[in-house]
Amino acid sequence: MHATIRAHGKLEDSVKHLIRSWGLVSALGMIMFLGACAKKPAPPPPPPPPAPTAPTASLSANPNTINPGQSTTLTWQTTNATDVSIDGIGPVDTSGSRQVTPADSTTYRLLAKGAGGTQEATARVTVNAAPPPPPPPTPSATDEELFAQNVHDIYFDYDMSNIRADQQAALQGDAKFLQAHAAIRITVEGHCDERGSTEYNLALGTSRADAVKNALIQAGVAGDRIKVYSYGKEKPFCTESNESCWQQNRRGHFVYEK
Amino acid sequence: MDLKKSACFARNEIKTQSTQLRFVIAVAVVLLVVSAASFAQDWIRTGTGLGVEKVRLAAPDFKPSTQDAKNANLLLVFNETLWNDLDNAGIFDLASKSFYPLQTPGQPSEVNFQSWGPPQPNASMLAFGNLGVTADKVTVQGWLYDLKNLTSPQVLGKQYNDTATPEAARLIAHKFADEIIFRLGGGIPGIAESKIFFVSDRTGHKEIWMMDYDGANQQQVTKLGSISLSPRISPDGSRLAFSSATKSGWEILMYSFDLNRMVAFARFGGMNLSPSWSPDGKLAFSSSRNGYPNIYTVDGSGGNSRRLTTDQGPDVSPTWNRKTGSQIAFVSGRTGLPQVYTMEADGTNVQRITDQGYAVSPNWSPNGQFLTFSWMRKYGPGEPGSNDLYLMDIASKQWVQLTHDAGRNDFPCWSPDGRHIVFQSHRSGTDQVYSMLADGSNVKQLTVKGNNTQPNWSWK
Repeated sequence: MHATIRAHGKLEDSVKHLIRSWGLVSALGMIMFLGACAKKPAPPPPPPPPAPTAPTASLSANPNTINPGQSTTLTWQTTNATDVSIDGIGPVDTSGSRQVTPADSTTYRLLAKGAGGTQEATARVTVNAAPPPPPPPTPSATDEELFAQNVHDIYFDYDMSNIRADQQAALQGDAKFLQAHAAIRITVEGHCDERGSTEYNLALGTSRADAVKNALIQAGVAGDRIKVYSYGKEKPFCTESNESCWQQNRRGHFVYEK
Repeated sequence: MDLKKSACFARNEIKTQSTQLRFVIAVAVVLLVVSAASFAQDWIRTGTGLGVEKVRLAAPDFKPSTQDAKNANLLLVFNETLWNDLDNAGIFDLASKSFYPLQTPGQPSEVNFQSWGPPQPNASMLAFGNLGVTADKVTVQGWLYDLKNLTSPQVLGKQYNDTATPEAARLIAHKFADEIIFRLGGGIPGIAESKIFFVSDRTGHKEIWMMDYDGANQQQVTKLGSISLSPRISPDGSRLAFSSATKSGWEILMYSFDLNRMVAFARFGGMNLSPSWSPDGKLAFSSSRNGYPNIYTVDGSGGNSRRLTTDQGPDVSPTWNRKTGSQIAFVSGRTGLPQVYTMEADGTNVQRITDQGYAVSPNWSPNGQFLTFSWMRKYGPGEPGSNDLYLMDIASKQWVQLTHDAGRNDFPCWSPDGRHIVFQSHRSGTDQVYSMLADGSNVKQLTVKGNNTQPNWSWK
């Protein structure tokens, strides 16, 4: 086969030679013809029509920073434009303004098309991050103040731990407050005046604190909110040796537990 | 302290009458006098005028036996301590030094019998001896002579050695005094080495402190920075129970003198107050763990708790019968003002002991026969009153008033020899700890700094 290919290659060379020959002949022929036509004078070419002006465009947003839910006004102007559109809005007049309320920060793009081309203009509107929610009011601080204003200690007679008739109103008021503020927890401390003996007074103070706790439970306050403690005569509220101070010390004292 | 006693000299034990029995008879006589006269009588005179025979003892200062410069100071401490111990004992008629002969003995060979006889000082017993320092060691020799027995007078002969410090001199004096008291006091050990535990606020907080029975060597035991009250030492002296204000409530806490620190004890919840030891190491106390303050008992480790009272109380301040361990006296407000009651150690047979007024802080005598307590018999509305200390024979319910017109007196506690009572009194304007003989005489102030309360005497 080797011999056959070589033969084929030689054949192509011959064909090429032939085509070249014909091209040359044609070209010579056309030159001769044209030369014959060029003998007459040509008319001047018509002036080209003037090129169309490129469109201009401008776009602005006022204000360019808003809070969520606020509006801004887009304003634009174009020249030499036949088609003007704004992304997200659609086709618009060649000049105009439009109020928009973007939910998020947006870059508005205006496209002005005209015979002279296309012009783009952008305007950026920034939407501020939502302001932080105001902190919820702290209930414990307010509760403690209300507690101090509204919860009254209960006072006792000498050597007694029963709730006196003239203390019932205060006790009921204390119970109502505690029922209205169900999250509050308390300790009732039992105290005694300076007379009497250290050990017996600690026991009597326990009885007083228990009496107050039991009365509160009777009035509907849950017992697991109430702790009791006795201080006997160890932590007096005053130290004078008279009945007025002694009465001050004979009490069930309410303590707000944080 | 490394106290060595060498062999005693030959001695001749004297049989004495039971001085304790005499004392008991004396009190019984006093009580009969009271009941015969009238209960309405405010107070009666007690003391030696009722014919109780006390041993007339002479105790001249010990003499120096060496030339050491330290002798002077140690002799001062020794002689003062020995004199106070003998004077405090309650069983001696201690002859005044102003009646002593000019020449006093430091050795048996120096004793001149006649110089101690009538008319003055007219002593029947003589305690004498010497003290000397040699090279930082102190040696004390002491004798007790029966002056009526000319042929064999020696009752007691002792020698003590220790390092030459005032503390050692003080301790030797206590030991020698106790030897004399034991021999002449009917076989009841002296209290010169006993301790008193009490509450003091001198650091700014009420903490538990301890001191020698005569008020010396006051030292702080607890450092809890809270309010710690009602100290009660165990019978063997190894543990101190007390009540302290913890975050969750008052709890019974325990201090170990074996380990010199706080040790764990069961927590009960509620208000736990006024612990008291039985002779076999159980504890009684007041607890509100089940609601009202009632009396409970537990064993020494805090287990096996038993509720003894079930009323509304408040019940507090139990004290165990130290002799039998089978009865407990306590305070209850079940009828109104606090009164003293007794009951069996299982809670049965509750008996009311006081009939009126405001009665608190009972303490049972070591021989099981008497209660001492604080009583405001004259009570009126708004009256601050005067709490006085009383002594009551439990079997007959007859009582004797021990303090008179001397402010608020509370928390009396018996000494282990049954002859003394330590208590707190406001008579000086602040609360201080005092001791006295159980007939109300010989009152001595033991504390000065701060406010000092609730004394508790060791059991030996």
